[in-house]
Amino acid sequence: MAAASQLPSGDFRTSYAADMTIFPTRNSRIALWIGLALLCLAPLVFGRYELSLLIQIGFLGIAALGLNILVGFTGQISIGHAAFFGFGAFASAGFAKLGVPVALAIPLAGIVTAFVGLVFGLPAARLKGLYLAIATLAAQFILEDFFARARWFSGGVAGQVTENFSLFGFRFDREETYFYVVLAWAVIMYVMAANLMRSRDGRALVAVRDHYLSAEVMGINLAYYRTLSFGIASFYAGIGGALYAHYILFVSVEAFNILFSIQFLAMVIIGGLGSVMGSLMGAAFMVLMPEAVQSAAQALQGGALDRALNLGNSLNFLREMAIGAAIILFLIFEPDGLARRWRLIKAYWKLYPYSH
Amino acid sequence: MPGSTILEADRVSLRFGGVRALTDVSFAIQAGEVFSIIGPNGAGKTSMVNCVSGRYRPTEGRILFEGRDITRLPTSRRAALGLGRTFQNLALFGHMTVLDNIMVGRHHLMKSGFIRGMVHWLGGARQEELAHRREVEEIIDFLEIQHVRKAPAGTLSYGLRKRVELARAVALRPKLILLDEPMAGMNLEEKEDMARFILDLNQEWGMTVLMIEHDMGVVMDISHRVMVLDFGRRIAEGLPEEVMADSHVRRAYLGEVEETPEPETAG
Repeated sequence: MAAASQLPSGDFRTSYAADMTIFPTRNSRIALWIGLALLCLAPLVFGRYELSLLIQIGFLGIAALGLNILVGFTGQISIGHAAFFGFGAFASAGFAKLGVPVALAIPLAGIVTAFVGLVFGLPAARLKGLYLAIATLAAQFILEDFFARARWFSGGVAGQVTENFSLFGFRFDREETYFYVVLAWAVIMYVMAANLMRSRDGRALVAVRDHYLSAEVMGINLAYYRTLSFGIASFYAGIGGALYAHYILFVSVEAFNILFSIQFLAMVIIGGLGSVMGSLMGAAFMVLMPEAVQSAAQALQGGALDRALNLGNSLNFLREMAIGAAIILFLIFEPDGLARRWRLIKAYWKLYPYSH
Repeated sequence: MPGSTILEADRVSLRFGGVRALTDVSFAIQAGEVFSIIGPNGAGKTSMVNCVSGRYRPTEGRILFEGRDITRLPTSRRAALGLGRTFQNLALFGHMTVLDNIMVGRHHLMKSGFIRGMVHWLGGARQEELAHRREVEEIIDFLEIQHVRKAPAGTLSYGLRKRVELARAVALRPKLILLDEPMAGMNLEEKEDMARFILDLNQEWGMTVLMIEHDMGVVMDISHRVMVLDFGRRIAEGLPEEVMADSHVRRAYLGEVEETPEPETAG
């Protein structure tokens, strides 16, 4: 009786520290640890193909998070994110070629890319909206051209071969092992972003987005934070690119075109602008959806519908069309992305079986 | 309780092309005062406040804060000197919670950069955050907005938003706080609350207040001194009752009063 009447009726916090946590409730923290434990077991369960998808989600998710910090949190725009992703890939491969251990080359590549991002971010201190979009478009083409011409850096059009990640003599050269490298980086990068967003500078970034005039009155230096945002975004892109390089083991300039930049934008829009976890959801969506469409297309192949409509080879285009359609549908029906949908689902279960 | 001069405007003029927003406006605010600027719409009140807060650069003249020339100082560096402000049209960070909005006010008082912020547990960002949170909670308590602490600022009612904006300005511990129409659009009860907060800030928190307000009752009740602007010029300044009695003010701002003829023309 007494115990029953003392059941908590809500989620209470009794200290400011408890109020500051990234995962607010005990259940969400338990779910987090279980989720991480399950992910650690993934190589035992999944085949190489499924693991390669997870690895892709990992490094794309890291880069997408960087773009989300820039676009979602700071309210800037960049259509050159793939170029920074590429810069990180080439830089890490370059460091490895110089004899730097890959484990060290990856963070170094991130830092170098951050500085490149700062340089290209300088116009951001003055430009906004469409003008900034065009300036970042210039960054995309300048860097792409640089990759194609600077043979010392990228191997030119021939591309750059690089080596596996290794630590203390152990080579992470298969999906089953490299998966853990990407997982560790993804966890570190996501925790860092979540921390940033509950700190002074993270709030300053959001303040710049929401109302830059009053941000300035609060003592926030607009030029500094707008440029910083580009630096951080590029750091994330660089780390993502470096992880990509040591997975694919061959880096080539064609991969980092503007279409790839647009795909990053699609990830953060679908995942949810201004949401840390949304970036990961968006990356997962963009990796998994083509797979789903592919298998749907394969199922249709030779089926009754295929024969009736004479689809034939056009089934292959279904994939591209589905991506475009998904983006449009998200913009119309869920402009706040998967992150908001996820929040709604959580809110629903919190009160289940009551509706209010 | 006037003390030393905290803010001085020295023959400030502001022109936009051919439009003269302010012409040769001079005034001085003593530390500890509640100083109000009144005047008809378009008289240049907000322009004057914008010159003080750094939004506009005066075309001519100087602005001194505690004796230091701040006329050309970048806006973002004025918070650290002790200048805070609220806006006439709400200017909150709409997607942030009330708590985060107020925490932004602590920006210049906090030291942790983005790297320390990212590692949170190492490097002291966490301790700093907690210490400032405590201060912010005091302000939340003072302005009676505990119940909306975690609500996104954009979802609040107008009166509450005004209060949150005041809290955010107070959080940066200003010596001089600029309030641009703190009571616009409020009902009587909300106005009374706001007047009480402003008086408390002045008397208990020791802040000097520069206020623009249209509600003459409030202005007369809580101001130590009042300045009247009309067409960008200062037409009167003094104690509230002196200003109210001034014939120029009555003509320019309050409109002519039918039952009493103009003192000059009255034979």
